[in-house]
Amino acid sequence: MAASKEDDTISITVEFSGGLEMLFSNERKLPLSIPAKDDTGARTNVAYLVNYLCENAMKDPKKELFVLDGTVRPGILVLINDADWELEGEEKYEVQEGDNILFVSTLHGG
Amino acid sequence: MPPSPCALCHTNRALILRPKDHSKLCRQCFLTTFETEIHHTITSTSLFTRGEKIAIGASGGKDSTVLASVLKTLNERYDYGVELVLLSIDEGIKGYRDDSLETVKRNAQQYGMELTILGYDELYGWTMDQVVEQVGKKGNCTYCGVFRRQALDRGAARLGVRHVVTGHNADDVAETVVLRGDLPRLSRTTSIVTSTPSILTTHTNIKRSKPLKYAYEKEIVLYAHHKQLDYFSTECIYSPEAFRGSARALIKNLERVRPSAILDVVRSGEDMAKLVPGSDEGCGGTCSSSVPVAEEEEGGCGNANANGRTAGGEMASIEQHLAQSEVAAEHNLEVEVTTSSVNGAQNGSVPFTSGKKGRKNKAQPVPLRKLPKQVMGQCKICGYLSSQEVCKACMLLDGLNKNRPRNTIELGYEGQKKDQSINGVASGIEKLAVNGV
Ligand SMILES: [Zn+2]
Ligand SMILES: [Zn+2]
Repeated sequence: MAASKEDDTISITVEFSGGLEMLFSNERKLPLSIPAKDDTGARTNVAYLVNYLCENAMKDPKKELFVLDGTVRPGILVLINDADWELEGEEKYEVQEGDNILFVSTLHGG
Repeated sequence: MPPSPCALCHTNRALILRPKDHSKLCRQCFLTTFETEIHHTITSTSLFTRGEKIAIGASGGKDSTVLASVLKTLNERYDYGVELVLLSIDEGIKGYRDDSLETVKRNAQQYGMELTILGYDELYGWTMDQVVEQVGKKGNCTYCGVFRRQALDRGAARLGVRHVVTGHNADDVAETVVLRGDLPRLSRTTSIVTSTPSILTTHTNIKRSKPLKYAYEKEIVLYAHHKQLDYFSTECIYSPEAFRGSARALIKNLERVRPSAILDVVRSGEDMAKLVPGSDEGCGGTCSSSVPVAEEEEGGCGNANANGRTAGGEMASIEQHLAQSEVAAEHNLEVEVTTSSVNGAQNGSVPFTSGKKGRKNKAQPVPLRKLPKQVMGQCKICGYLSSQEVCKACMLLDGLNKNRPRNTIELGYEGQKKDQSINGVASGIEKLAVNGV
């Protein structure tokens, strides 16, 4: 992946599946350009991304179906470049240019 | 964090953290391990018999899709010699099943399995849309739930299949254990096999089993993802209010704190069930000693495995209507099949024959105290397990049929030959009344 055009943003792909896409206007794949640093100047991590998604990408008012008690709701798996986010430091993982971050719900009918 | 190597092959990058033991595995090792564990469940419980025809209850969702894929893989890899077919139920709600049934049709092609889709209309003479037209939207989920409960068994009987497997996973079982305090029910819930006696007057037992019983929902979803399986995920059925504080939420929270908790709950459910050797006595003598009978199934529509297919509108309101306990109860009902044969691992197939009496569980401890038992018999009309003379489905059908508008009374569908329940209901009820029962 080429470096982003502007130094202060990073380009990533966010995907939703397992029914979660329904909270995001049925969008399964979302190319995103997000700030490289948060308000405090720290590098953007997954916690920031989750909050960013809630505020900018989620049209559905039922935020608690995605975020509960300040973190990704239990039952939603997060894969960072196909790896379980628990192997990557969970919310503290610092988002890199070109990352693919997948949120998949296990809570829907099967 | 630097990438960790796979704990098994020590070569590839680990992508999966297993909830049960925290091992880190690469994609290929995870897929193989997952399959091998299902194989172990199947062989250690003697779940399948060579030559057996097995219907996979298929909804197009993650669990049944993974089940179909894994069973196909294992049947070929280990030469089980079983014939696998797909069986789907269509409730007959316009638009509700369209996407999931399309998924099942694709799965049938992908896995080279024969697919049968049976509608409520074929099984009961009524689609849910027709039921709603007649009874209104209020209370129709009772019909939907009661009908769904029996649908797979009736469908299997129709196909001449004696064994139905469903995609219930460890999370499903754990949820049920958490919800069901009483011990006899625990036995049914945690058992991997149950049997439904004498469906549809054919006097054949339908064996129900859950090969994914020990598989974490998380791993099922990861398996589907890493194997790129084609499954249909549905709209969110859990209204936040219903989910918050529900047993399902509890399970997911437990898992986050201590990932092994789910299997611990399943196992403790099994252990408690062992304390109740008489837990399957409630079948009224129609079942074998070692395989718990499927419990009579009661109200509420849509279990977590089958619902959520909401295409908005009707079904959405139906499902919102569901109290969480009903969701859970239903859940349990689909999981029912329970047996203590898991501990036995007898040679040959799992004994499930009905009518065979005599206890095999000599080793089991004496019950500490007598627990109240529900007496189970069979529906006089359809033969389905019931604590009443006439099962709930037949009662509901009787009411529906009595009030059916004349012009729609045509029952010329082909299933009639085998399934007499629809026409048989009214006359059956009258007979009972005459007998003064
Ligand atoms: Zn490996
Ligand atoms: Zn009946």
